[in-house]
Amino acid sequence: MTKAPLLEIRNLTVAFDTPSGTVHAVNDVSYSIEEGETLGIVGESGSGKSVHALSMVGLIATPPGRIVRGEVIFNGRNLLALSQRELFDLRGREIGFVFQDPMTSLNPVLTIERQIAEPLRRHFGMSASQARIRVIELLELVGIPDAEQRARQYPHEFSGGMRQRVMIAIGISCNPKLLIADEATTALDVTVQAQILDLVRELKRKIGTTVIWITHDMGVVAGLADTVQVMYGGRIMESGPVRSVFYDPRGAYTWGLLKSLPHGERRGTNRLYQIPGNPPDLTQEPVGDPFAPRNPFATDRCRVETPPLVNAPDSVPGHKVAAWYDLRAEIQRMEGRP
Amino acid sequence: MKSFLLALLKSRSGLFGFVLVLVFILAALLAPYLGLPVPTRSSLVARMTAPTWTGLFSPGAHPLGTDELGRDILSRIIYGSRLTLTIAATAVVLGGIVGTLLGIVAGYYRGMVDRVLMRIVDIQLALPLMLLALLVIAALGPSTSNLIVVLALTSWLRYARIIRGQVLALREREFILSAHAIGASTWRIMIKHLLPNVMTPALVIATLELARIIIMDAALSFLGLGVQPPNPSWGRMLADGRVYISTAWWIVTFPGIAILITVLSVNLLGDWMRDYFDPKLRTSR
Amino acid sequence: MSRYLLVKLLEALVAIWGVVTIVFFVSRVLGDPAILLLPVGASQQDLDTLRAGLGLDKPLIQQYAVAMLDMLRGNFGISFQHNRPAMDVVLERMPATFELAGTALIFGTLIGSVAGAIAALKRGTLAEFIVMIAALLGQATPVFWLGIMLILVFSVDLGWLPTGGSGTIAHLVLPGLTLSVFVSASIARLLRSSLLDIMREDYVRTARAKGLLPHTVFFWHIARNALIPVVTMIGIIAGELLGGSVVIETVFAWPGVGRIVVQAIQAQDFPVIQAGVALVAAIFILINLLVDLLYGVLDPRIRRR
Repeated sequence: MTKAPLLEIRNLTVAFDTPSGTVHAVNDVSYSIEEGETLGIVGESGSGKSVHALSMVGLIATPPGRIVRGEVIFNGRNLLALSQRELFDLRGREIGFVFQDPMTSLNPVLTIERQIAEPLRRHFGMSASQARIRVIELLELVGIPDAEQRARQYPHEFSGGMRQRVMIAIGISCNPKLLIADEATTALDVTVQAQILDLVRELKRKIGTTVIWITHDMGVVAGLADTVQVMYGGRIMESGPVRSVFYDPRGAYTWGLLKSLPHGERRGTNRLYQIPGNPPDLTQEPVGDPFAPRNPFATDRCRVETPPLVNAPDSVPGHKVAAWYDLRAEIQRMEGRP
Repeated sequence: MKSFLLALLKSRSGLFGFVLVLVFILAALLAPYLGLPVPTRSSLVARMTAPTWTGLFSPGAHPLGTDELGRDILSRIIYGSRLTLTIAATAVVLGGIVGTLLGIVAGYYRGMVDRVLMRIVDIQLALPLMLLALLVIAALGPSTSNLIVVLALTSWLRYARIIRGQVLALREREFILSAHAIGASTWRIMIKHLLPNVMTPALVIATLELARIIIMDAALSFLGLGVQPPNPSWGRMLADGRVYISTAWWIVTFPGIAILITVLSVNLLGDWMRDYFDPKLRTSR
Repeated sequence: MSRYLLVKLLEALVAIWGVVTIVFFVSRVLGDPAILLLPVGASQQDLDTLRAGLGLDKPLIQQYAVAMLDMLRGNFGISFQHNRPAMDVVLERMPATFELAGTALIFGTLIGSVAGAIAALKRGTLAEFIVMIAALLGQATPVFWLGIMLILVFSVDLGWLPTGGSGTIAHLVLPGLTLSVFVSASIARLLRSSLLDIMREDYVRTARAKGLLPHTVFFWHIARNALIPVVTMIGIIAGELLGGSVVIETVFAWPGVGRIVVQAIQAQDFPVIQAGVALVAAIFILINLLVDLLYGVLDPRIRRR
């Protein structure tokens, strides 16, 4: 009955050797994603959410980057054990990427057609004219009008939203099994962002790709993902079905993130919550719960021993949290004594 | 200033350049106290003596040999550095003042003033600097002061261009806008507010320009269009020594090495300063 | 594209006009051609006659207009030294200068590009260190002195190559090599830093994420973009080459435009100086026009502006 997951990551640990010390960017990250699922990964910059995804397919510079240990099983193969050549064949073909800031992520001196056609010609050996037909098909699919004409233009002739659509077209061009979107809507204004999210939902319905959506915006994940995973200081702090994590958070960091979201009913009455303190210094050897210094509920144990990611008590299956404290009890205690 | 020096100490190439530049300046300043033979005194007996490093400190020693008139080459190089460095520094300062002021004016007033000035810069850039220098010296006649004028003439536009760009950005900043708001005069804004803020880029350009101008000065003197004899200048020494290339290689070799090391160290210092203060300047050179 | 082309053409014409104006004023205002033309000790009357004959008694503006028309027609007057039209004297020397500067530009660019690419790709290795030291030395060396040193080693000591003159490939080697060193040093340094900048760009990561092979990423995404500042640099270098060849031609007794201009300066032969400067400037402007056009082809963002 249990089908093997499409992607399974075990104990992935990534470090960067910099002049000012070793940066522990990703620490012991393990999770899996089923075929057809949409996973949202949330965290602030420096949480390791982008780095871990890039490191899976050899897209971080080594050196200074270094994969300390771990396994990334994708479709039955350990990606970290692949040869360079096998990785080149995999990238863009089986795993597609959509990056943030479409302004800088597209090559300014090549036509849109060429940039979308590149993976097609590389992976499917298409001729220029075959690729051209597919490029126009893709542009229409991602909602770019006058595709034929627009294909001949350059990135600077496109608006931000249109460029992001082009990025998505590149990401899905070879029908990858997995699409990883890294802050794909961050650089866009809110209305355009909503349009892009609609497009992704529609594409998922049409082609059924598995998606990992990396963002710092809880709101985006709520509207898009099936499961969500919260990262902090290079670790997964909490993960589980979107509804459960949102309505019944068990990690103090998740709770802080949710509190800092503007809510409809609270507008005007309450000031937005801000998580106190600064992001962790990743050049320190990770000891204990990385969020402990900023966590009002932290216990002594949090500061010395790293909590494992385990099933949250009395929650839905699959909802996991890494915490030594009991968030529900703490919140009740706090709200009981106003 | 302290962080500047600290960063300098950390950078190997910057420090290397800085120390060498310091050594050259000290040698030039202290030349009369170094116990060197008089650079212009010729000696028929000692004509074209090859470099000898035995008995370095005995009075008649010529560590870098002597030239066709028996003058000590080391002494001529060190005394020559006074002339060469003075000429180059004066030209850099002259070009720097003119270029910086014009750059501020163009950037501040914009409009017509700016357009005319930048057009002049473009036109002058259409003439290779060496040819402009040749043309002007041909008309003015070769002399040390004309040389300085010509070198400054090839230099002002680099300042003007870059400083103008900086001022264009600066004039939209709050402190300039508020100076306007409280009714500060145009002059006051330019001198008190804009000038201090473009001093750093101007200094970086000046350092890089110094290197270029030393080479150009040597080239013009080499063609006989710069410093006139018997004053020792590096370019002049090269020109004179070239004739004896098959009999006395040292006459033409050592002044060239002096130029090379000076330019190299000034360049290293300048490159480092540019990267330290404003890496964006790199694209404008 | 056509608008861009038109603007650039117009700019080139303005630049040529500006250069010719500079040439006129520098020579006419600063030096009196009549005094230069006459032998020392000529009477005031002789001088006035000659002035009138040359149109020098007319108002400056009128002289300027006449001179402009003449210069635009290529008429720079008769060379005092050669007794022939100055432009002819200069034009004859043009092929030799082209031969030298062209050789240096081609070889210098090739060597500089390879060295710069090696330095960027082999970051942190001995190869990068050697290239960078060589480039720094190359930029700090006065070209003409390098020429003299090469003569010292290869002509005087080893006797392999001629010390100067022209005619055979052997004559071209040393001056060509000398100028190439300067060109390649500038190109290598610029290309290296340009490549390193581009390698960090987001679109290079996009290219890798597409699964493109390393050589495709390098040539189409990195080098293609890193080339843009290098092309601009080649325009600047062309100017320095034309200027630098003045000195190098003198060192190697190379019969080019630079050498004849220097000789003309020594002989106060103004028509030849003017013709030489104007011609070289015009060529330089033309080269920069080509560079601008190439720039437009390489960078679509410029084209539309």
